[in-house]
Amino acid sequence: MNVWLNFLIESLAFGAVFMYGSTGEILTEKAGHLNLGIPGIMCMGGAGGCLVLNLIGPLNLPPFLVIILGMAGALAMSMLMGLIYSFLTVTLRANQNVTGLALTTFGVGLMKVIFSKLDPTVYLVGPKKIFRWPFAGRTDALQYLGVLFFVGVAIAIIASWVLFRTKVGLRLRAVGENPGTADAVGINVTKYKYLATCIGSGISGLGGFYCIIDYMASQEAYLSLEAFGWLSIALVIFALWRPHMTIIGSTVFGFLFSCSSYIANIEGITVTMAAKPLLKMLPYLVTILVLIVTSIRNKRENQPPASLGLAYFREER
Amino acid sequence: MSEQKKTSVHEPLFHLAKRTNVNPLRATLIRIAAIVLGLVVCGLVAFLLIEKLNQNPGKIGDFYNCFIKGSFSTERKLWKFLKNMAVLQCISLAVTPAFRMRFWNIGAEGQTLMGVLGAITMAFYFGGKVPEWQLLIMMFIAALIYGAVWAVIPALFKAKWNTNETLFTLMMNYVATYVVSYFLVIWVPSGSSTLGKLKYGKLPPLPFGNQYLLIILIVLVLTVLLYVYLKYTQQGYEISVVGESVRTAQYSGINVQKVIIRTMVVSGLLCGVAGYLIGSGLDQSVTTESVGGQGFTAIIVSWLANFNPIMMIVTSGLISFLNSGAAQISQDFNVSGALPDVIVGIILFFIIGCEFFINYKFVFRKSAGKEAAK
Repeated sequence: MNVWLNFLIESLAFGAVFMYGSTGEILTEKAGHLNLGIPGIMCMGGAGGCLVLNLIGPLNLPPFLVIILGMAGALAMSMLMGLIYSFLTVTLRANQNVTGLALTTFGVGLMKVIFSKLDPTVYLVGPKKIFRWPFAGRTDALQYLGVLFFVGVAIAIIASWVLFRTKVGLRLRAVGENPGTADAVGINVTKYKYLATCIGSGISGLGGFYCIIDYMASQEAYLSLEAFGWLSIALVIFALWRPHMTIIGSTVFGFLFSCSSYIANIEGITVTMAAKPLLKMLPYLVTILVLIVTSIRNKRENQPPASLGLAYFREER
Repeated sequence: MSEQKKTSVHEPLFHLAKRTNVNPLRATLIRIAAIVLGLVVCGLVAFLLIEKLNQNPGKIGDFYNCFIKGSFSTERKLWKFLKNMAVLQCISLAVTPAFRMRFWNIGAEGQTLMGVLGAITMAFYFGGKVPEWQLLIMMFIAALIYGAVWAVIPALFKAKWNTNETLFTLMMNYVATYVVSYFLVIWVPSGSSTLGKLKYGKLPPLPFGNQYLLIILIVLVLTVLLYVYLKYTQQGYEISVVGESVRTAQYSGINVQKVIIRTMVVSGLLCGVAGYLIGSGLDQSVTTESVGGQGFTAIIVSWLANFNPIMMIVTSGLISFLNSGAAQISQDFNVSGALPDVIVGIILFFIIGCEFFINYKFVFRKSAGKEAAK
């Protein structure tokens, strides 16, 4: 297969990690909560899924059940993390930045402890083939497009549709823009914030699971997950708070992130060792650029939700 | 009362109200209760995660003992604890001025790393070529400049176009990481990208006392200076006004843009000092992990102390104490080195959550007692 096409497909597959992460974060941010705990949540999602796979490994369940149970494990664990975050920030009105950072510390740490007890031959070797269906036998880049990749694309599109085309989405955006007004028209602000944060966390957690079991599929994969989590938060800005845009954005990110290792394989281009860190810097620089350009253009629909980062207390004037 | 009950207006059992005045004694008691509760939950989690503890529940005493043992059992450990605390305190001081004006600078990690890089760059290129005292001054100035530049870039955009500073500073952390790895690739031709300890540019320890004493004293002086700056100078007052309300600041003639930029320069300079202490005082080298997440921990330290530099001595001490205690646990019980993060994370949840009970109170509906009696 053509080198460039291979590269594109691999970027797509790699980008899906960020696609999950930032789709989840967009839902949370649209409810007015900047969740800096996403790296920790993604890590715990990966840990939860692999923990379940480790438990059911010896049972020899049918493939579709393995996939569903694995995803359920990832969802349960990451939604639990989302619940901790929303209890602290919504009900107890704690500072969102501080809570998120604590959640990341906790999640990354707990994931490492959990993975030190799991057996890669059980949770990884067998399930890896199942999750890479339908292209498991291929040797080119297509093999990276597993089940969870397509689920991720579907989730991103559905999330966009819900946010911008349904009443629920409209209400959610109202909560994020101005919770006081939303409350006044009878929207249950607390419920929306909880649901958006927990569902968002669940989606992000699936991203962590996808990264470990499908895209990277190695027993060291979990060590690089935290960095991908932070990049997912960056992608939210790049996608201008639109979930469907994360599909394109994540591909660009995947491209930029992996080009340092990939570009060396392409004939006619030589990459020195020193250039690699500079290439890896690109996704972050591009994000900063997008952040600056959107703030200069100051178009209302491209801005972060107005009450992002602020706790809502009904009796506060 | 009976007439009121007949109306169909539903009054909830209780509602929340913000406390207008916070009783310091009560607040302290709540915080201590939260930490104790957090420690109990940590014990339970450790029970689940550590097999040794699982099989022998009698060892739970050893588990809690580790916290004391980690920081205070030997003189060496005590000084190490104080050193860790001082570095964390220094970075926490750095983030504080910006936080007081509600500028959410979460880029202290990158700013400090750039400070380390600045100091080490000087030591790498000029070490041995200029007198040592001159080198130390050059390293110090370079660290300050690197830190300040890294901090002022997001501030300029915030002041001019109101660019979101939280996300901007977050990204700058990663750019800083790759800038460091770029220089490591250039400096270390072997390709291992690890720079050995440099021979020159070590901050000499005081002629008396422990090797870490100088660092601790420097941070102590900075703490007092920052406290005075924030509390008793006009610039500190302006920071508070901008933090309370940007509009009020504008009406009273404060140049908000100038305050934002100036305050971030102060933050960056302090990060530079922290970077210098790490680079010249401790490591004499730089890696992408030189700061090791302390830039993020510092945010929590500063927030816990309610952005008060003096109180930060307590909170940075608490976090360092928990960290070294948890590290002791993973050593004594032979578990994954990531356990400290879990333990600190759990206790942080409790401390963060307890602020609610300090700042808010439950107001029960007046008739609740009567109905319960019925």
